[in-house]
Amino acid sequence: MTDLTKLTLADALDGMAKGDFSSVELTDAHIKACEGAGKLNAFITDTHDLAREQAKASDARRVSIKKSGGTVGKLEGAPLGVKDLFCTEGVKTCAASKILGDFQPPYESSVTANMKADGMVMLGKLNLDEFAMGSSNETSSYGPVINPWRKNEDLVPGGSSGGSASAVAADLCLGATATDTGGSIRQPASFTGTVGIKPTYGRCSRWGVVAFASSLDQAGPIAKTVKDSAILLQSMAGYDAKDSTSLDLEVPDWVSACGASIKGMKIGIPKEYTIEGMPKEIEDLWQQGIKWLEEAGAEIVHVSLPHTKYALPAYYVVAPAEASSNLARYDGMRYGLRVEGENLAGTYERTRTEGFGAEVRRRIMIGTYVLSAGYYDAYYLRAQKVRTKIADDFKAAWEQCDALLTPTCPSAPFAVGRKVNDPITMYLNDIFTVTANLAGLPGISVPVSLDKDGLPLGLQIIGRALDEETVFKAASALEDAAGFTAKPEKWWA
Amino acid sequence: MSVSASDVKKIARLSRLHVEDAQLEPLAGELNGILKWIEQLGEVDVEGVEPMTSAVDMDAPLRADAITDGCVRDQVLANAPKSDDGFYVVPRSVE
Repeated sequence: MTDLTKLTLADALDGMAKGDFSSVELTDAHIKACEGAGKLNAFITDTHDLAREQAKASDARRVSIKKSGGTVGKLEGAPLGVKDLFCTEGVKTCAASKILGDFQPPYESSVTANMKADGMVMLGKLNLDEFAMGSSNETSSYGPVINPWRKNEDLVPGGSSGGSASAVAADLCLGATATDTGGSIRQPASFTGTVGIKPTYGRCSRWGVVAFASSLDQAGPIAKTVKDSAILLQSMAGYDAKDSTSLDLEVPDWVSACGASIKGMKIGIPKEYTIEGMPKEIEDLWQQGIKWLEEAGAEIVHVSLPHTKYALPAYYVVAPAEASSNLARYDGMRYGLRVEGENLAGTYERTRTEGFGAEVRRRIMIGTYVLSAGYYDAYYLRAQKVRTKIADDFKAAWEQCDALLTPTCPSAPFAVGRKVNDPITMYLNDIFTVTANLAGLPGISVPVSLDKDGLPLGLQIIGRALDEETVFKAASALEDAAGFTAKPEKWWA
Repeated sequence: MSVSASDVKKIARLSRLHVEDAQLEPLAGELNGILKWIEQLGEVDVEGVEPMTSAVDMDAPLRADAITDGCVRDQVLANAPKSDDGFYVVPRSVE
């Protein structure tokens, strides 16, 4: 029998539909792969027993649905991973933070509830940067995740969805949920040779997702192929009355958009998406991407997004401000860690100081400062206005084109420990991804090439709000042209 | 704008975080590095610009003012660091 972990999600779903193998067989193969991959530290919590039960139930469900002539769920029997930012009923959810302790949600996030209703088998909860704050998965209080791609030393998988990206790249699961506040789906996807899409803000419900920066947080999948990412997003997305920012719109058929022609599509190339010190390889790859899309029938137009350079500074006002507010709830009283102090205030302080890691404390303090009396207008209000300018740049670009092509990141994956002590250098990782968060637009990273060291590089497609369809079309064209099939050497098992 | 060690102490108090006195200076330096970088935003002309509120124009959703959830006391308390007889147990806050 072929190695079932090498399959794409689409092929695995097909294989189960045809009866070539069962969910139990598929799940067992993935559990075995997970058990052999401890060195990657991709999971915080394994739920292998639960996965076996779910797989068994899925196989039984398939039989009875077949008998009654119905159709099985979109993810029926597929073993997947869930970023440990999504609350999962009865399964520890801790956002990679000590402050949540062994928190066991008594409820399920809407995104994972959708996926469960569609037949997902959950292999476990994936590691991440603490509260999704980081670009290298080194701020996790459960230790860094290691990239399956290597260069004589351990490399980071990117962040914050580093566990999701590593697990998919290493064939530990057929796909995974992730979240993206400033690039946390797309940057790790680029670093690991996987596909990651952040949909339009509001497509996926934030209910039951541990909050970081509410006006920017958006869930999406990390997958092996563009089509797999469409299958996953199709299940994850949908209106939810429990999230007041959820979009009350039908979920379009994104799977069918994959592979559709891009003849006549106008692809914009923003001249501001190049930075000093960016490797020439990434510049060249971008040019190659332009050529590929041109050959596939797209028309290339050059556009300008003049406020791009202000996106990261605006992000580092808005995100910490919202985080400081969201994280005020961790006070040691109702759930999670409590460290007793001399009095109530002392208990709050000790709990939060011991419970949060250094990067989270840094961002809470920045956020508290920019929101404090006398500074609100100068920082937060100004940043929200700059955000409007950034969104207006995109609106102007949409007059000329249907989607944008850019590099995903300004670098290939770097070594563990290299950038940890320099926050701004670390923040620069998100320079090409953060604009889509600020403007709420869909963005996807597609792996297209290996660099001279044999490490993966991705390109990004950004689309109009609500136009994931065009994004999937362009991403498929890029994927087809690039023919990226490289896999990391399996050194960890 | 830059922050001093005493500002950091104040910010830490507002954040309910404890910072050792010896850490105040280094932390001020760190925060000033980030704040200086953020100050680029001052270059942008935002005269008459509305602050961004949402990516897709939508009305704030309203729902009926009805009870939709509740009566799950034990579930709510299940994760409490300390509870007793159906209540949270918290440090004394009124002498």
